[in-house]
Amino acid sequence: MQPFTQLTTTALPMRRENVDTDQIIPARYLTAVTKVGMGDGLFSWWRYGRDGKPNPDFELNKPEYAGSQVLIAGRNFGSGSSREHAVWALTEYGFRAVIAPGFADIFYNNSLKNGLLPVALPEETVNMLLDLIEEEPGTTIAIDLENQTVTLPDGQQMGFAIDSFRKMCLLDGLDDMGYLLAKGDAIAAHEAEPAY
Amino acid sequence: MPGKTLFEKVWDTHVVSQDEGAPAVLYIDAHLIHEVTSPQAFAELRERGLPVRRPDKTFATMDHAIPTRIGVDISLWPADAATQVETLRKNCADFGVPLYDIKDEIQGIVHVIGPELGITHPGMTIVCGDSHTSTHGAFGALAFGIGTSEVGHVLASQCLMQKKGKTFAITVDGELGKGVTAKDIILAIIAKNGAGGGAGYVFEYRGSAIRKLSMANRMTICNMSIEGGARAGMIAPDEITYEYIKGRTFAPSGERWDKAVAYWNTLYSDDDAVFDREMTLDASTLEPMVTYGTNPGQGIGISGHIPTAAELEDPAERRSLAAALDYMGLTEGQKMAGQHVDVVFIGSCTNSRMEDLREAAAIAKGRKVADNVQALVVPGSKAIKAQAEAEGLDRIFSEAGFEWRGAGCSMCLAMNDDKAGAGKYVASTSNRNFQGRQGPGSRSLLMSPLMAAAAAVSGRVVDVREMM
Repeated sequence: MQPFTQLTTTALPMRRENVDTDQIIPARYLTAVTKVGMGDGLFSWWRYGRDGKPNPDFELNKPEYAGSQVLIAGRNFGSGSSREHAVWALTEYGFRAVIAPGFADIFYNNSLKNGLLPVALPEETVNMLLDLIEEEPGTTIAIDLENQTVTLPDGQQMGFAIDSFRKMCLLDGLDDMGYLLAKGDAIAAHEAEPAY
Repeated sequence: MPGKTLFEKVWDTHVVSQDEGAPAVLYIDAHLIHEVTSPQAFAELRERGLPVRRPDKTFATMDHAIPTRIGVDISLWPADAATQVETLRKNCADFGVPLYDIKDEIQGIVHVIGPELGITHPGMTIVCGDSHTSTHGAFGALAFGIGTSEVGHVLASQCLMQKKGKTFAITVDGELGKGVTAKDIILAIIAKNGAGGGAGYVFEYRGSAIRKLSMANRMTICNMSIEGGARAGMIAPDEITYEYIKGRTFAPSGERWDKAVAYWNTLYSDDDAVFDREMTLDASTLEPMVTYGTNPGQGIGISGHIPTAAELEDPAERRSLAAALDYMGLTEGQKMAGQHVDVVFIGSCTNSRMEDLREAAAIAKGRKVADNVQALVVPGSKAIKAQAEAEGLDRIFSEAGFEWRGAGCSMCLAMNDDKAGAGKYVASTSNRNFQGRQGPGSRSLLMSPLMAAAAAVSGRVVDVREMM
């Protein structure tokens, strides 16, 4: 897993609530048997018109937001399907973090397992960030995972919460597999004592 | 010390280890897999040279991408679906995982065949790379959807690293009125609590109205816990649960059955257990529900109207409403009764069981699908298909003009060729009304099997109670 330590980047504002994983990556991209190529399908219903041409009104296609590595969106981001493909699509496209007032549980977990940092901030703060970015595209945002802060160019700083274990995994680029396999004895002991 | 909730009892008995400052290592009793979210997990195992730790606790089937009308000869299938199915076959063969193949007698939607085979028991932990794994909570199991990375973790270790969820008691008392069903209960709960309202929680459905429901109906409710934001929803087991499980392929038998029941009887929330949140609902006040928007929380009773922006205080809700109505081609303040439909889909892990099909058939019987409406009935499993055919339901549907299909997820997520066209209104018994969910540009109206059958024969959304 790609470690996440610090990131300074412009941001893409997505003023929408309940962005579900079907929008992030539609089902037709789920027929793949690898993780590769998901970035092409990212937000494809919104990103492309019926004719397959880019929709110029969609945030992702606006030149002023090109190259942004953080996505800022409304509440309940990543709801719906458990498809990890949604996270693979975001990371392959180039996003390293998502800021929102809240995330769906499965999406949140999937993000942490792929080095995509989900940052939950109060809704007023997210709205302030959306206003700021829409007014001044190109505004840089600095995210520091070690110190759990988001900093704006004027020095304004906001803290965010993250589970300490998950933070360590992200900082070091560790996944759960090694930890779980090291628990072999405890797992075997549990298996030896069924409930009935 | 206060008593424990049902969730806490099941959680506590599955914690393998709990290191200071780390999530719990949670043991998984049953792992269900399917063709869409498992290939990359098996690839991970191959890369690391790992075996599947407990193939005997792993069960595979194919449901998401498979066609429901082409038959089992995959040379006739779209290439990508065929590749996924072949990949699953190879992975199951290489790693020794039992596979319920579309070629076999037993196959169907993973959350339909799990309980049908008796794999799902009270007090178990069950996971699957599918968010509707919450379905199995109807048996008093802790069951939730996971991503593909976690599918790999469970394959390799039979465990997951999990943070304990909070508890949310949803008590439903009172008598359901005629034509009002489990689907209406869960749509009403989600409408009240919001699509994201359950994030971080495990629901427990309780109360007299829940206790009266069949297992199929309980599964409908737990299935849509995820649409209310909760990864899992549970119902304490009782005689109805045991009656359902008894005698099924993987059910305990003989002396083990008695031991199992004795244990299962301990699985309920203690009277003095404390929930983090609670809500109540009076079933007698409910009416058939229909969604109008693009998240499952945007639902109303059949006699109600779509909210107007002025009725919503929250700016985010207003924005959500405006975006949904723009996509759906509906107007604020509008009633859903009378809204025309183009397609009707009866199926999915929410509503494709015998009880659902019998209800829909009772409405379809002696009537005809309206002109210009395409109506599909997709049974949840081959066993349900066979049972429905034995009861003559297939003939009732066919005579009424419904298409009778093979088992699978079909138009619930439109990964196969069952897709509604752009702009089409779909009266659907499935669980999600997201944009494009049932085909690019499709517009889903979620409702019960009774209401969907009524919409099929009327060509528009109607109050099914007027037809009963």
